[in-house]
Amino acid sequence: MTLTLTNIGKTFADGTRAVCPTDLSVAEGEILSLLGPSGCGKTTLLRMIAGLECPDSGGQIRFDDSDVTDLPVERRQVGMVFQSYALFPNMSLRANVGYGLRMQKLPRPEIDARVEEVLALCRLEPYAARAVSALSGGQRQRVALARAIAPRPRVLLLDEPLSALDASLREALRDELAELLRRFNITAIFVTHDQTEALAIADRVAVMQAGRIEQIGAPEVLYRQPASRFVAEFVGDAMALEGSRDGEMLCMAAGRLPLPAAAPGLLPYVRAEDIQICADGPLTARVDSVTFLGTHYRIGLGDLGQQPLYCSHQAAVAPQPGAMVRLSIPKQGIMMLPQSQASAR
Amino acid sequence: MRLTRYLPLGVALLAAAFLIVPAILSILAGITANYFRGLSSGLTLRWIFEVWELYAGSIFLSLWIALCCLVVTLLIGVPAAYWLARNPGRMARWLEEFVSLPLSIPGLALALALIQLYGSHLGFRTSWLFILTGHVLYTLPFMVRSVQAVWAGMDLTTLEESAASLGAGPWQRFRDIALPGALPGILAGALTVVTLSIGEFNLTWMLHTPYLKTLPVGLADAYASMRLEIASAYTLIFFVIIVPLLMAMQWASDRARRLTR
Repeated sequence: MTLTLTNIGKTFADGTRAVCPTDLSVAEGEILSLLGPSGCGKTTLLRMIAGLECPDSGGQIRFDDSDVTDLPVERRQVGMVFQSYALFPNMSLRANVGYGLRMQKLPRPEIDARVEEVLALCRLEPYAARAVSALSGGQRQRVALARAIAPRPRVLLLDEPLSALDASLREALRDELAELLRRFNITAIFVTHDQTEALAIADRVAVMQAGRIEQIGAPEVLYRQPASRFVAEFVGDAMALEGSRDGEMLCMAAGRLPLPAAAPGLLPYVRAEDIQICADGPLTARVDSVTFLGTHYRIGLGDLGQQPLYCSHQAAVAPQPGAMVRLSIPKQGIMMLPQSQASAR
Repeated sequence: MRLTRYLPLGVALLAAAFLIVPAILSILAGITANYFRGLSSGLTLRWIFEVWELYAGSIFLSLWIALCCLVVTLLIGVPAAYWLARNPGRMARWLEEFVSLPLSIPGLALALALIQLYGSHLGFRTSWLFILTGHVLYTLPFMVRSVQAVWAGMDLTTLEESAASLGAGPWQRFRDIALPGALPGILAGALTVVTLSIGEFNLTWMLHTPYLKTLPVGLADAYASMRLEIASAYTLIFFVIIVPLLMAMQWASDRARRLTR
């Protein structure tokens, strides 16, 4: 199913603009992630697609060719996975998964067959006899997913599906969720504030900030060609390089750095993995902190500007705190970005 | 060391005795042949039979009113609690206070107000429905609060949104999600309402007529105009009815609390 939003905005009764009028379309079978900090309007946008919030007048939501803007949630045929999973505590696991099918008034044998099919798809058969309260966080998440998918919804909506889990579980379940969503072959939209989740699961990511979509694109595009400072900072923690400009050179306190282009009006940004410690680098900085993270060292560098810079150092040994090191930043590692209005961070 | 260990125990035992000795004395009086001659006069069930003959009508009236009161508070209280749980906000808090108002007004004042309002409607004034009206006024807040507390503790909104996304309409959501979830609260509320209605005296004392005495009103009547043994036997019967209800109430509200945690 193709989902099309036209001019969809939301102003709450107290006058707060939660979502500015937005156009968005999601292709058949595509997994789109709405990514942004809390309060950016991503959950409100999801709830409007679900039919749980009513958009401001003038907006339109279409599923394929049918206008669903005025349909209440129970008639929209959406599957929804809530942050808390919202499993029905008074029902068994099977009754939870079969609830949507019962609402469709399907004959009993067909309900049973479809429930078994979905349980198998979500690898829940071993737990099918358990009470909902006896399930672990990961199992609950799969039950919520199975319950949402069983009535064959036109679109699957997930609201922070991983944030209720322990950090240790989250990474494993993230990959599992990505794999399950591909297996369902369904149009899906999922909301998250965690950039790694969005990049790992989605085909396309829409980065939201203050009720607007700042940039929408494939994960690689967002990461490598962010359209604004906010996107660069939120996706991949880009850091600003401070200094005065002299043509294609950036004059920093630590030395002169060649930029990829003169690009007046744009500011240079860099990511931790693009700062290299090497003996003949053009910049000099003091090592302030060294943190060993297993795959690499995270090194805090001082004397470079008002904000400290961090460098991912992949080597067997790290410099000592207090040592002076020379740094280089290759031109292709520097992103020249506009100072967007929305980036008040 | 010893003293600090046994002193609290002693105090607790004393307090328990303070509460329980009058009850035991009263029960004993109800089965003693002649209380003024003491237990040496022998034990008997005669007084209990006599109470039954004199006051069976009061006992059944009380049970009937308690049952009707339960039905009415369920029919009004559960939907009211549902509305309050679904629409939290200033309006709901205000309404909740309003529903709870009868709790803070003395039963006597409430009864007087009812008599002022309905006293001239003689048919109603002399009917058991008049007493029922008073009991519903007094017990409704207990039902509303008990049910509402369970719904407030279970994130009703998200559960219902979840059911709605699966295709359930408003009535199906209430029937399949809200109502089963509230059962422990409804049970606790129901037991409270029945217990309070059976034991209610203040209000009923004002509202009753000579032909309509409830169980506690009959008890007062027995103490005022019958032998002490008969009144005491009456107390014994009252205990037999009310204590199991109290225990069930305790159990049900414990269960409701565990579920909402």
